[in-house]
Amino acid sequence: MIEILTTGLPNTVQDLGRPGYLALGISHGGAMDSQALAIANLMLGNDPSAAGLEVALYPFRLRAHVDISLAITGADCPISIGDRGYPSWWATAIRAGEVVVLEAPRSGARSYIAFAGGLDVPPVMGSRATDVKGGFGGLGGRGLSRGDRLRLNTAECLLPAGGFGVAVEERQATRNGNAYPIELRVLPAAEFDAFTPQSHAAFTGGEWSITNDANRMGYRLSGEALSLVSPLELLSHGIVPGTVQVPPSGQPIIQLADANTCGGYPKIATVIETDLWRLAQAPVGARLRFVPVSAEAATVSLRTARQQLEALAASRMIIVGRRR
Amino acid sequence: MAVTPAPRISLAGSGALLLDGARGSFDDATQELVWSVANAARTLEGVRETVPGMNNLLVLFDPLATDAPSIGERLRSLWASTDAHAVAGSLHTVPVSYGGARGEDLAGWAAHCRLSVEEAVRRHAAATYTVAAIGAMPGFPYLSGLDPRLAWPRRGSPRLKVAEGAVIIGGAQAGIMPMTAPSGWHIIGHTDMRLFDVQAPSPVLLRPGDKVQFEIAGIER
Repeated sequence: MIEILTTGLPNTVQDLGRPGYLALGISHGGAMDSQALAIANLMLGNDPSAAGLEVALYPFRLRAHVDISLAITGADCPISIGDRGYPSWWATAIRAGEVVVLEAPRSGARSYIAFAGGLDVPPVMGSRATDVKGGFGGLGGRGLSRGDRLRLNTAECLLPAGGFGVAVEERQATRNGNAYPIELRVLPAAEFDAFTPQSHAAFTGGEWSITNDANRMGYRLSGEALSLVSPLELLSHGIVPGTVQVPPSGQPIIQLADANTCGGYPKIATVIETDLWRLAQAPVGARLRFVPVSAEAATVSLRTARQQLEALAASRMIIVGRRR
Repeated sequence: MAVTPAPRISLAGSGALLLDGARGSFDDATQELVWSVANAARTLEGVRETVPGMNNLLVLFDPLATDAPSIGERLRSLWASTDAHAVAGSLHTVPVSYGGARGEDLAGWAAHCRLSVEEAVRRHAAATYTVAAIGAMPGFPYLSGLDPRLAWPRRGSPRLKVAEGAVIIGGAQAGIMPMTAPSGWHIIGHTDMRLFDVQAPSPVLLRPGDKVQFEIAGIER
């Protein structure tokens, strides 16, 4: 059992999401930085899709009511457990009564806390992710509140004394996504050709910044306004996370994990799946650039990311195996 | 079988294709083809999900198990060869209290349509609607079959909260809010019928192909 001591409603229970129900209007949802949650789980020997906490508002504090093991990944934030300081991307055992504190990140935006065994909340349509819009999943379909108590599934978790950490190469290279401007690889989307040449140049040549209107549903950007050659009236259609829509204002919106499943605005591009974590870790005000990429390169990137997770799952067994 | 023009197919990231069969305004026959192709495409190797929209279809696949060009080719061939057929859906009668605090756009809507409130309501309740697609939010039905006289372009700026049960009009489409959420559609009435209940064995009440009729439970000016 853990107890939430300090939080805000943007902090939620998440897993890797709820695929399979888009045709019922239900978003995939799940961790905005799915790689960070998957790695935190793998560090503990969990299934990568076990439920953990997504922290987007700081400071965040929780108390363990029993001895537990946890892993914290995602943003680079100051972490303390009891009177000990920890880096992020670290897994460790903690004692009953100890308090875990996450302070505002030095870089990045969202932190993930995975627990050995995973959080024991009832699955809804195959997932424990919180769907705030639909009001289901996670803890009663809502964000975390002070005093909330969450049970953990029981699991054996072997960790070396003092725990262990992982370093993810691409995150080191980009200072966790905060090397400005953040580069997002994009594929052209359905209405790409309907935009003016000047808009094409502005889209990939210019810089964009993330406005205050940024949450799990999507980020509104600001930059040079984009325009269509002639107005378009589209019928509603399914969209995926990463879709870059351009409403009449000309200022793009990037649809994210909790986006509506259907939209009607023209779409200029789609951010590739393996770069969505960069957005999850980009705070309000961060500057972005869009870099065109081929579908083949996007697929190679996805294959590499999956292989990295498989390698991590395998290498954790080696670490733990040495302790036996 | 009528000759169906080839759909436009575009990438939606590396793991999805959007097949667009729209020819201007919404068309019921095209929608029946969308449903049929959605069912057929679900069985293609590597396909994860199919999402029928309004005269279009989003197909999600695993790009490591297949690739966009081969899925695109199969979708084109399904679009050309699949027999479109209406879905034998259920009929739902939805009681509506028109107007009042929970139908605040009723008078403005009737005025826009140049009809009396009674006549606008009568026409709204006289039609039989088809659930063309479910989307945007859990259980939200895009209803086709609105009397063209009753169409009203969406609001310039969406309301941040439209209540669950709101009976709404957006352009040439009708809808019912399954939950309280932002919407740019106009609110003409309210129903107590629940469209989404996560506790139910089947959480979403309406399915594509189902028919909907509105029943006048009252009119409040």
